[in-house]
Amino acid sequence: MYQILEHKTIGQNIHKMVIKAPLIAREAKPGQFVVIRSYENGERIPITICEKDPQMGSITLYIQEVGKSTAKIGLLKKGDHILDIAGPLGNPAEIKKVGTVVTIGGGVGCAITYPETRAYKEAGNYLIGIMGFRNVSFKILEDEMKKVCDELYITTDDGSYGQKGFVSDKLKEIISSGEKIDEVLVIGPAIMMKVISDITREYKIKTIASLNSIMVDGTGMCGACRVEVGGKTKFACVDGPEFDAHEVNFSLLMKRASMYSEEERLSYEKFKNER
Amino acid sequence: MAKNKERIDMPRQEIKERIRNFEEVAIGYTEEMALLEAERCLNCKDATCIKGCPVNVKIPEFIKFVVEKKYLDALKKIKETNSLPAICGRVCPQEEQCEKSCILGKAKKPIAIGRLERFVADWVSNSDIKEELPKIEKKNVKVAVIGSGPGGLACAADLALLGYDVTIFEALHKPGGVLVYGIPEFRLPKRIVEREVEYLKKLGVKIETNVVVGKSITLKDLFESGFKAIYLGLGAGLPKFMNLKGENLLNIYSANEYLTRTNLMKAYKFPEYDTPIKKGKRVAVIGGGNVAMDAVRSSLRYGAEHAMIIYRRSRQELPAREEEVENAEAEGVEFHFLVNPLEFIGDEKGFVKQIKLQRMQLGEPDESGRRKPVPIEGSEFLLDVDVVVIAIGQTANPVLLNVTPEIKRNRWGNIEVYDEFGRTSMKGVFAGGDIVTGEATVIQAMGSGKKSAEGIDQYIKTGKWL
Repeated sequence: MYQILEHKTIGQNIHKMVIKAPLIAREAKPGQFVVIRSYENGERIPITICEKDPQMGSITLYIQEVGKSTAKIGLLKKGDHILDIAGPLGNPAEIKKVGTVVTIGGGVGCAITYPETRAYKEAGNYLIGIMGFRNVSFKILEDEMKKVCDELYITTDDGSYGQKGFVSDKLKEIISSGEKIDEVLVIGPAIMMKVISDITREYKIKTIASLNSIMVDGTGMCGACRVEVGGKTKFACVDGPEFDAHEVNFSLLMKRASMYSEEERLSYEKFKNER
Repeated sequence: MAKNKERIDMPRQEIKERIRNFEEVAIGYTEEMALLEAERCLNCKDATCIKGCPVNVKIPEFIKFVVEKKYLDALKKIKETNSLPAICGRVCPQEEQCEKSCILGKAKKPIAIGRLERFVADWVSNSDIKEELPKIEKKNVKVAVIGSGPGGLACAADLALLGYDVTIFEALHKPGGVLVYGIPEFRLPKRIVEREVEYLKKLGVKIETNVVVGKSITLKDLFESGFKAIYLGLGAGLPKFMNLKGENLLNIYSANEYLTRTNLMKAYKFPEYDTPIKKGKRVAVIGGGNVAMDAVRSSLRYGAEHAMIIYRRSRQELPAREEEVENAEAEGVEFHFLVNPLEFIGDEKGFVKQIKLQRMQLGEPDESGRRKPVPIEGSEFLLDVDVVVIAIGQTANPVLLNVTPEIKRNRWGNIEVYDEFGRTSMKGVFAGGDIVTGEATVIQAMGSGKKSAEGIDQYIKTGKWL
């Protein structure tokens, strides 16, 4: 059992949770994730680790409500417990000094670009952050990102905050301003990662994406998370979750992510009706 | 009264019923049946059955107790060498082990050792009798067991009986390893596994779930925190795929995923349980082992109209237990022999809709001694499917081994061990079960777990390594 030390709801349905998990807090590195199961009948779902505090023995997760399992987690209060958390899983991000790095986060994807941005900064890079949200009510981690970025840009689809438009518009702007970019990190919805990766491919900018596949165990046992990278099958959980974005088959990633959309909708509707 | 001579059949759920539920197929002997079966035992002096058992259960002695209706004594006798009788009685391939060497088998059918073992364990558990625990002299020496599958459980039980302070670390949220995620409810009810795990806890074994050794904690950490020896019962744990075109289409599962969703996550109770699964009307399971049989029989219970096995050799070469094949046949599984997949074909949304198969014929025996399937040119055809399960085996899971270069591996990625007790190339670390041998049976893993427990005891006492 893992106690919730803090729970803050951001906007309509994003939950920032600080959770007691000393083993994970000690070992976690940027880029890694946990698998959580919040109650007995719950699913195992992968969530990236945003922050950790080894002294406190705690980790911070941002959980967006998208279905029944995540909605149930959202109902938990400070002091409640999450039944199971396993981790840290996946390979840590490979972060080196390369020069200028653009990190791009979409929605809750920012919860993983943030610790990596900080690590890139600590490694001595010049950091340009781009964060994209549907609208202002989904905005997370702006203050934290400000502290670790040399430049920070925010876009919203509806213009309710920052620049109206998409992260890809901002990236194009930066590229055409003549800024020399050495590396791009992009984490968010698959379609966003695909668009970004198509842009950077053209300019031959090394681009890393963190893949958010469906997982069950998260330790390589089941293969639910398989993705195609460079024409080869890889497991996002043990071979990733980060890969060279230019090699990723994003269209397959998107299809596989939607495999249970019908079941997920049914389960979520039933849950909402029963409440 | 004349002694019963005929082997007593196992009562099973009616086929019509059982293919619609996930309840256990074999119902178990009644007391009357158990007594009739037990009296067939010749109580041989030189009991060959004991030698046939990987953990050397004192079979004639426990059966004698059954004849005398002393079921608790029978259970204690079994537990002298086997801490998991309710599990072994259900899933051991007795026909290849103890029962194979039964003298009765020469003229008639061998005595049903597994069924009696199960009867004894279930009878005591269902009775009001409180099973007294063996007296244990605590040693105050810590030993870690990584993985709570059959090997880990057996090793932990023996170490606990020897007085060690044992902690099992399990990556998943429930202990049992393949017993909970792999073997279906209809062959091994999960409450049976829970019961056996509870017994281990009563022996003083601690179980830490959600600990991914190699990620949450390393072997070095364990030694530093005072563990004197470690047993690795990691299991195989990385599913093999076929590297065929279309293999990542939607609704194509590894057997591990299909079974884990079903057994560990209880997808058959969706939406009461949150984890979904694609049920499918035309389900093709590729492979011919026990895991393939478990998957294909699960698909029937999900309501498949055509539950199909796709196997590249013939019936004779099926690696699954005969009993499992017969169960599958009786339940209406369709077997496609001598066919091999070439490609998976999907619809516009990316869901699998067909498999391109090629017919095979058997050629010369290969290194495994089985006749090698040879493709027949021009024999390709398409099979309509909506769910595919790939059950062609597993390789070694790399999570722990990648961060532990001290442990040498062989060319298949399995751990190299240097003696019968499972000593690895890292001092203080023993290994056994599938991670050493490649895929094997529950009882073989248990046997190696027990052997390692013996080795660990010896190592802690003497400090002797390789």
